Amino acid sequence: MTMTAAHPRATEPRPRFSDLVAAEWIKLRSLRSTWLGYGATALAVIGFNVGTAYDTYHYWSEEDAGDRADFVRDGIPLQEAFTGNAATVMVLALGALGAMAVLGEYASGTIRTAFAAVPARRSVMAAKAVVVTAVTAVFGAFVAGVSFAATQAILDRRGLGVSLGDPGALRVVVASALLAPLCALVGLALGTVLRQTAATMIASVVVLLVLPVALTDGRHWSAVASHSTLYQAWNRLVSVAYHPLHYPWTIAGAWTVYAVWAVAAAVIAVAAVHRRDQ
Amino acid sequence: MIEVKQLTKRYGGTTAVKDLTFTVDPGQVTGFLGPNGSGKSTTLRMILGLHEPTSGTVTVEGRPFRSRPRGLRHVGSLLDAQEVHGGRSAVAHLSALARSNRIPRRRVDEVLERVGLAEVAGRRIGGFSLGMKQRLGIAAALLGDAPVLLFDEPLNGLDPEGVKWVRDLFRGLAAEGRTVFVSSHLMSEMEHTADQLIVIGRGELIAAESLEEFSARGTRQSVMVGTPDTEILRDLLAAEGAAVRADGRLLTVTGLSAARVGEIALVHRVPLHHLSTRSGSLEEAFMELTADSVQYLAGEPR
Ligand SMILES: Nc1ncnc2c1ncn2[C@@H]1O[C@H](COP(=O)(O)OP(=O)(O)OP(=O)(O)O)[C@@H](O)[C@H]1O
Ligand SMILES: [Mg+2]
Repeated sequence: MTMTAAHPRATEPRPRFSDLVAAEWIKLRSLRSTWLGYGATALAVIGFNVGTAYDTYHYWSEEDAGDRADFVRDGIPLQEAFTGNAATVMVLALGALGAMAVLGEYASGTIRTAFAAVPARRSVMAAKAVVVTAVTAVFGAFVAGVSFAATQAILDRRGLGVSLGDPGALRVVVASALLAPLCALVGLALGTVLRQTAATMIASVVVLLVLPVALTDGRHWSAVASHSTLYQAWNRLVSVAYHPLHYPWTIAGAWTVYAVWAVAAAVIAVAAVHRRDQ
Repeated sequence: MIEVKQLTKRYGGTTAVKDLTFTVDPGQVTGFLGPNGSGKSTTLRMILGLHEPTSGTVTVEGRPFRSRPRGLRHVGSLLDAQEVHGGRSAVAHLSALARSNRIPRRRVDEVLERVGLAEVAGRRIGGFSLGMKQRLGIAAALLGDAPVLLFDEPLNGLDPEGVKWVRDLFRGLAAEGRTVFVSSHLMSEMEHTADQLIVIGRGELIAAESLEEFSARGTRQSVMVGTPDTEILRDLLAAEGAAVRADGRLLTVTGLSAARVGEIALVHRVPLHHLSTRSGSLEEAFMELTADSVQYLAGEPR
């Protein structure tokens, strides 16, 4: 064996986090399932909201005209801007879509290729979290915005619509829009920790939907636990005419719950890959 | 250069790699040989920092690979060609990898061209044959133009033409002064590929030497005898102390020379249709060595 050349030395440009973000964006957008998933979810969520508003429009008779003021005061137009059903669908779907951003890599084994290419694993996960958050925030804003505009336009035909400037309206739209990135981050964190698709899907349903419903407002500890779930925080934020049952809580408290979940999920997703064998 | 020192990896109760020490030098192709489950993939994963050793160290170009923020310009690797997302196109797969390491986009087209996948670059990987996936994995390993290249069983699924192409590629990469480390569980694959061999069995080092040195171990000769009276001749030879293996009408005899076998047959009037001497192949040397290691360890707790 003759050596025909001195062995090459690696020279490299300074590593940039933005390149990792760009790479994660390429991975996400190059899958057809991404577009199908987000498209189908958008249709379902907007469909639920528009359907409810349409029912109200359809069954509203002229005799009800006197109730118009009550209807608006009770916050029903805003309830229909983003319904509980729509929120349930969004929570489930976004939890799954967020999880798929990492489960796809574990299921196919590309996670090893990714970490061999970028040994700074936490940076990879941080970039993934950034991309998932950005994409789902845009998605949430679009879905909540379209839902608000469409439902209020339909209700307005009966003179029931409200505008974004009305009290509480903007909060309903923002709180509903943020539900998308929040649930996606929770899904991402669960997927990173559990690595297995079935286990992650079950855990995500339990954390995002079962717990908020199972924990009732009856006892103090249970009420506190319930209030610290994402779904109930959303409920609090979108209830314009809020009538507390036993243990009242504030709007600021609900926003805090949002913030804590976002930070905790992102930290878990980033930290979970550091020590474990991949 | 890759330096592995006293590397041990345990998964729960199984010891996948045990006190392994070797170095892989630049400028040549080094074969990493061992039977199924002997710990080759485990070792490669530890070199790449994907799995943490239970004890021992491994460095690439003098540093643990995990201390590099970006890896592709330091080590190009192909661990498992099947580990790709079937829904992505070849070009998307490579573009994401290249971008993560700040490698210009045109390099993606270059490597696709080099491995012969330029025409199918836009097609979904899910529809690729195993051979095409191997080529794609090799393309990914070449992206960073790295001085060290690792390949885990890269010849699986390749047709003879593909095998020849990969061999030439490896030789070319080594001739450029790179460290090329290629695993296989088949000696025959390494015979025409590697200059140097690292042989392991049950996670332990069996041999680390050049291909010539290794093949010198396989010089034990055997005699092939063809006869219609296989059973009679077998018993006669066995009585003379030879080890005999029957294969239809053909006997493989070790421990006696061809001349002696002929004499015995003549004395006992056994007709011979065939008589020849054969040098042991590399494959046999490999099997003998690894079989020994398995036997040696069989009774011991692992
Ligand atoms: N992640 C893991 N968890 C538990 N055991 C493992 C793991 N990876 C490997 N092993 C075990 O370690 C041993 C070595 O496996 P390894 O995959 O390294 O062998 P190999 O030489 O690559 O085999 P092959 O030729 O079949 O690819 C086997 O006994 C295997 O079962
Ligand atoms: Mg293997």
